Amino acid sequence: MIYPFSAIVGQQDMTNALLIAAIEPALGGVLAFGDRGTGKSTAIRALAALLPTMRAVAGCRYRCDPADRKRLCTDCQARLTQGKLPVTRIAAPVVDLPLGATEDRVIGALDLERALADGSKHFEPGLLAGANRGFLYIDEINLLEDHLVDLLLDVAASGENVVEREGLSLRHPARFVLIGSGNPEEGELRPQLLDRFGLCVEVRTPTDIEQRLEVVRRRDAFEHNPVAFARRFAEAERVVRARIKRGRALLPKVDVPESILRRATTLCIALGTDGLRGELTLTRAARAKAALDGVDCVTEAHLREIAPAALRHRLRRDPLDESLASTRVLRAMDEVFAPAREAA
Amino acid sequence: MKTPSPLALLAVDPHGLGGLLLRGSSSLGCEAVFDQIRAMLPADAPWRRLPVSITDDRLLGGLDLAMSLQSGRRIHAPGVLAQADGGAIILPMAENLPADRVAKLLGEFDRGTSRFAIIACDQSHDDTSPLSAGLADRLAFWLDLSDDLTGCSSSRPRIAAARSRLPDVMIDAALLDQLTVTALALGIASLRAPILAARVARALAALAARGTVSAADAQRAAQLVLAPRATRLPATDPQPAPPPEPQQAGPEPANSRDDQPPNDQSAPQPSSSKPLEELILEAAIAAIPTDLLARLAAKATLPARQGGGAASGQFMGTRGRPVGVRPGKPRTGVRLAVLDTLRAAAPWQSLRRRNDPDARPGPIVRVSDFRIRKFKEPTRSVAIVTVDASGSSALNRLAEAKGAVQLLLAECYVRRDQIALIAFRNRAAEILLPPTSALARARRSLAGLPGGGATPLAAGIDAARQMALAERRRGKRPMIVLLTDGGANIDREGRQGRKQAMDDALAAASACATDRLTALVIDTAPRPSALAADLAGRLHARHFPLPFAHSGALSEIIRAEQRAS
Ligand SMILES: [Zn+2]
Repeated sequence: MIYPFSAIVGQQDMTNALLIAAIEPALGGVLAFGDRGTGKSTAIRALAALLPTMRAVAGCRYRCDPADRKRLCTDCQARLTQGKLPVTRIAAPVVDLPLGATEDRVIGALDLERALADGSKHFEPGLLAGANRGFLYIDEINLLEDHLVDLLLDVAASGENVVEREGLSLRHPARFVLIGSGNPEEGELRPQLLDRFGLCVEVRTPTDIEQRLEVVRRRDAFEHNPVAFARRFAEAERVVRARIKRGRALLPKVDVPESILRRATTLCIALGTDGLRGELTLTRAARAKAALDGVDCVTEAHLREIAPAALRHRLRRDPLDESLASTRVLRAMDEVFAPAREAA
Repeated sequence: MKTPSPLALLAVDPHGLGGLLLRGSSSLGCEAVFDQIRAMLPADAPWRRLPVSITDDRLLGGLDLAMSLQSGRRIHAPGVLAQADGGAIILPMAENLPADRVAKLLGEFDRGTSRFAIIACDQSHDDTSPLSAGLADRLAFWLDLSDDLTGCSSSRPRIAAARSRLPDVMIDAALLDQLTVTALALGIASLRAPILAARVARALAALAARGTVSAADAQRAAQLVLAPRATRLPATDPQPAPPPEPQQAGPEPANSRDDQPPNDQSAPQPSSSKPLEELILEAAIAAIPTDLLARLAAKATLPARQGGGAASGQFMGTRGRPVGVRPGKPRTGVRLAVLDTLRAAAPWQSLRRRNDPDARPGPIVRVSDFRIRKFKEPTRSVAIVTVDASGSSALNRLAEAKGAVQLLLAECYVRRDQIALIAFRNRAAEILLPPTSALARARRSLAGLPGGGATPLAAGIDAARQMALAERRRGKRPMIVLLTDGGANIDREGRQGRKQAMDDALAAASACATDRLTALVIDTAPRPSALAADLAGRLHARHFPLPFAHSGALSEIIRAEQRAS
């Protein structure tokens, strides 16, 4: 049994970021950093159960989208020339990448069994193929070996896994939302990798007694009778699933007014974030937040809500600066937004 | 009636309670506890030891070479963790298990496809090699070998009966809430603690053949699970204090807890005169070991440490990245790349079969197919910064030394090196920070470093040496950075006296040199001192007088030394 997403107490930053990533996969994924035992893994697994089903080519190892002709895998392209593609509905995959995974298992490798049986060369897909059109989750990403993290971020950015090894030469679609989690007290993520994630949320153990009581009560109720617990949250789960569906449908129609774009630019300049990536992510995330809220126009409120998650990991880091990145974002927001509010 | 021992409770719900952390240096003592637990688990429950050197494919499973070759199919051999389903994983020297393997172990534990208890022995004598905090957090029981573990053990049939009863045991909402409140009052940040306490309370009820958790069960659970995790004591004020900020062990006045009741074995009986929450809290406080009280009192004078408890700090993986596969024969230190070998052999199978029709079934592998995998060991260095914080050198130099260490921190952050911090003053050396790459913690420790007092130089060098040796055992490259003016007036026994103190310091330095530890001495005396130069000589270390070495230069020196070592 999986703990229901809507039963997670507090942790709004994290659950919002995950929902936004579910609505806008092009955002670059989510990095959830913080205390241990705060239910980071629980939230990801819970999200998996909520994702709407999707149309896919029946029998395709990469779950190609029949409507997206440009991104079909080579198998599907070949089948298409012979006629129509058979379609089926499947659950969106959420793939766990364990820390011990070898490069073989991640990228895929020569199918040993068939190679030994008849000497034929076939590709055995790896975890990247398994995550296509879904989520790839790595717990303790700060402990993952650097070259694997590099590889994952490259594939996540390009949407394609290029395999050149063991006499194999092929490519297949690998578009997935990368979700990483970890505890910075146990070692920080390489600074170069941080800003390649779309959103970054800090997850803290709640200090509020009411929240803590509710966390323990629900965890206990779930463990004691998971079926009854699931029933209790069935309606809430349905609502969240509907929000994701509606948000996805709405996203292409969400308008970003000129004034908001300008505000985003000002904020990024005030914070001195490098390059355009921060600005782009900020506006995209604000759009997705608007879609999640069911409105078709981005407001300043959306921007404010999402700015810490979109920018905190892009600040040029002074390791001796005591103030937390989040605080710096909030401070800059106050400066950038305050005059406008006074004028209004 | 005697209450059941934690070991019996663990046997009732091995995976739910996570397991047991056992502190103490006696291997025999650990073995005795193992035997007790094993005698209560089902006779066929798996029992697997995890050596520190375990490889990933044995831990998590991998290709079974012999079987695969024989059958010509890929045959998967389950790892030790999968084999432990329904039983226990034993970590005899848990403090030495590398961080990447701890993370993999915990990953499997959380995923729960294989359900096992973890029994971890922590035999470290001091803070030099702290146990993974994530591991400790998941284990319900933190025991010391010196604890009285003779509480009722139970027969296998009784344990089995309790197990079958466990899913139906109810816990009253108020009791559950009280466990949560108590955990917070004791400064326990992790929410796993009250959840584990609730499960322990359930196991207690199940063992007593009751269908509902009683107040006494909850009290006992608080004693067992919450008391050892306490990082602070609530105010003794009868009014319930506002929930304390759990992230920091608060700097309460130390003497407010000196008059706590002594370690009382008998669980207080629920009485109607006191509210429930006080009873549970009192029970927990009564079970807090007296040395923990002393530690808590001492902590109040130190900078707050994140996480609290005994275990904090963890290390990055050290397994190294594979730098490619190439033809060659496996030998010590070079592993056969099985899959790659088979892949190399695959294209030739039909040809070889034709040439050798009598070969046994399965793939025909020739020596020329052998592929080996080389690993590039990451050269992760640990700078063990050992600072004289005593009155003699501290007064004018401590601020400068702090500045230098700050710069070193920034350097380490970029290079992903680790840093540890030891300070010595008054009678002893103190580890302010075990090796870490978490910058925030290093910064906090440094900021709170006090100065003044006598100069126990030998103790400082000894502490640095011990840590350096422990780090080397873990495959890292330690370097001792000693900031001192070379003066000493406290000897190894903690006695005053210049002559003996200097002799001891030089002896400690010689010991480092004998162990071939890399070191360098930053001379903090107002003028380059003969004492510090002498010390550097004994250490086989370079000697850098600080007066003209501004912080930037110092960091440059350390980097050069790291490259050279
Ligand atoms: Zn396809």
